Amino acid sequence: MLQYVTGYLSQPVTPGEAGNYIWALIYILVVIMGVSGVVLGMNWGERKALAHMQVRLGPMRVGPHGLLQPFADALKLLTKEDIIPAGADKLVFSLAPVAIIVTAWTVFLVVPFGRTHAITDMNIGVLFMLGVSSLSVLCIVMAGWASNSNYPLMGALRSSAQMVSYEVAMGLVVVSAVMMTATNTNVGTLSMIGIVEAQASQHFWFIFKFFPLGLIAFVVFAIAMVAETNRAPFDLPEAESELVAGFHTEYSGFRWSLFMLAEYSGMIAVSSIAVTLWLGGWLRPFASIHGPQITIPHYWRGGALDFAASLLPALCMFLLALFCLVGAYRMPRLRTFRIQTAGLTVFGLGLGFIGMVLLCPPVRDRVQDIFWFTAKIGVFMYLFIWYRATFPRYRFDQLMRVGWKVLLPIGLGVLILTAIVGVLL
Amino acid sequence: MTTSHREERTFLDSQELILNMGPQHPSTHGVLRVILKLDGEKVIGTECVIGYLHRGVEKIAENRTYAMFNPYVDRMDYVAAVSNGLGYCLAVEKLINVEVPARAQFLRVIMTELNRLASHQVWLGTHALDIGAMTPLFYTFRDREEILKIFEKYCGARLTTHAFRIGGCQYEAYDGMEQEVLTFCDFLLPKIDEYEQLLTTNRIWVERTKGVGVISGADAIAMGLTGPPLRASGVKWDLRKAQPYSAYDQFDFEIPIGYNGDTYDRYLVRIAEMRQSVRIIRQAVERLPQGPIMAKVSKMLKPPVGEVYVSIEAPKGELGYYIVSDGSLQPYRVRVRPPSFVNLQALDQMVKGQLVADVVAVIGTLDIVLGEVDR
Repeated sequence: MLQYVTGYLSQPVTPGEAGNYIWALIYILVVIMGVSGVVLGMNWGERKALAHMQVRLGPMRVGPHGLLQPFADALKLLTKEDIIPAGADKLVFSLAPVAIIVTAWTVFLVVPFGRTHAITDMNIGVLFMLGVSSLSVLCIVMAGWASNSNYPLMGALRSSAQMVSYEVAMGLVVVSAVMMTATNTNVGTLSMIGIVEAQASQHFWFIFKFFPLGLIAFVVFAIAMVAETNRAPFDLPEAESELVAGFHTEYSGFRWSLFMLAEYSGMIAVSSIAVTLWLGGWLRPFASIHGPQITIPHYWRGGALDFAASLLPALCMFLLALFCLVGAYRMPRLRTFRIQTAGLTVFGLGLGFIGMVLLCPPVRDRVQDIFWFTAKIGVFMYLFIWYRATFPRYRFDQLMRVGWKVLLPIGLGVLILTAIVGVLL
Repeated sequence: MTTSHREERTFLDSQELILNMGPQHPSTHGVLRVILKLDGEKVIGTECVIGYLHRGVEKIAENRTYAMFNPYVDRMDYVAAVSNGLGYCLAVEKLINVEVPARAQFLRVIMTELNRLASHQVWLGTHALDIGAMTPLFYTFRDREEILKIFEKYCGARLTTHAFRIGGCQYEAYDGMEQEVLTFCDFLLPKIDEYEQLLTTNRIWVERTKGVGVISGADAIAMGLTGPPLRASGVKWDLRKAQPYSAYDQFDFEIPIGYNGDTYDRYLVRIAEMRQSVRIIRQAVERLPQGPIMAKVSKMLKPPVGEVYVSIEAPKGELGYYIVSDGSLQPYRVRVRPPSFVNLQALDQMVKGQLVADVVAVIGTLDIVLGEVDR
């Protein structure tokens, strides 16, 4: 059994490519659970980060520093009454949240967390991601229409108009990135793994390629993806101060939580497109510089820089663990805080344990790419939160103007210039 | 329209959408109900339905003595309670013809201007929140807390202060109040810059507010607008300068005005007003005279038969009290001219032809408090 597992793990392809259904199924479960877990963590992280930007503390009561708050919230949502408004189209109303979560998770089929850490590798990967993620607009319209209420209807209409118009600019810059994969080989690829490998072989993240074309394309994508996921400052479909809660006004409990889950999964999905296309996917910064050769018996043989980078995931975990332990040490020594302090200590020790596991050579080699991919996505997640704390909300016509009159021409220009430069070089 | 007409309509025929906004809606500042007639997202017309917070304050006045009614006025514009009290006290003092001692007048100015700052901070936070910027709300409320602390130390209450009495002030300035207020002034000015940093040059903020809810100076006067909405339309009218009351003629300050009469100008005017308020407070504290704080006023107040109208420049506009006395212990009639109520009637004109998102922006910029609208 163990032999089978290790034997499988040393294969250089994704389970989808290998046609290994069992492993593909395991990967799917791991990815779905991982994404849901990250969404829970993100829920906590967003509230904390937002709170600290706004001179508040955020959740503090449920668990140490509110760490258990997302679980409490999830529990609350699951036990809430499930309300279907009178006059709502029951079938569509209950289908919409399921459909949106299915589309949100389907996208992760092709997300390459590493060279072999993807469920499958499609030769139309990018196209698949864009196509499936834009299906979510259908679900939003379904939700808004089926609610039989004015606010959701307006939210749904706004959302459909917004997503359609931003998808155009998004598609154009994605094409420009795909073109960049063809520079040396004359054979471009739409495969997500292929795109990252092209960046590895060209020793360039596409954000720096044909400077500043890659950068501009990236910025356009970064703006369009915020609009695509309905996040501030483009959160018109759920504009709280105007449309109460937009398309999910009439939803409650579990169905509502599915919408939330889908929104955050969508954020991770579009961030992973951006990371894959422009930020080198799972490649670490300066991936082609290995440093001087060093040899540590039974442990390492290769570049010093590679060695240092391979220690980073574990070091990060240790740092987080230290953070928690110091936090626990600084807790007031009162009876009331005893459980909290103990919880924080256990949490820190758990992180430390994970760090130790990450230090073991077989694990360490395999989590490298996952670590870098996740770290890059984390940066995007932080940006999403930062936007939300900083910007007011666009008005609908202004949003459309930015999409059609600013981003679209820029995207088109970048596309044409990339084509010209690509042919000339 | 007849029924047969209606049946001929198909799904594709455009129809107006009636959207009922409020009374329970995140950005109607309480319990305002606005019925919107929409063509898509465009506003064709609005109708405000008010009265959800009606408590019959004016009627209550007829069953209370003059002094007993004083705390009730705090509950009208509860974010600027001190101004309400000042207006009422001034009106009764004019009715009984009492001169308030200089020290009391200065104390009143300090408290009222502090309250103006607090009111504008609430406005800024909620207005920004309506437009989608969350963070200013927390910044303004953090700084407003300092003002409320001063209120609490002065008169024991934070919100509905009942700071003044007919004929002067009940409380002498507490020990170290002058220093505390001055420290607060030094503390606040950089904070105002901080709010401005987040908003004034923010591209999205400018786009959301410039050219939104425009009202010309003439229209504003015709509508009876007062306060910042009037001044932002270019009319230099501030009762503190036009009809100085309570020693306002002794202070050196400017009346900021705008030119375009749009939401952005109203924002700039209020921000500038906050700076001017700080200026007034500094002068008042530095020149705070010594002496009594209460004029001789009978406990059983029986004003002569007559009527009086006194108005002051509240943070939201002209706050007027019209009091009719029949010579008894209780007023025969008290009529309040609340600025929010009068300003609110401009809503329809300001949002016609604009988008739904602008409605919440304009409601925010009018700075209404429903307690004052409904009384």
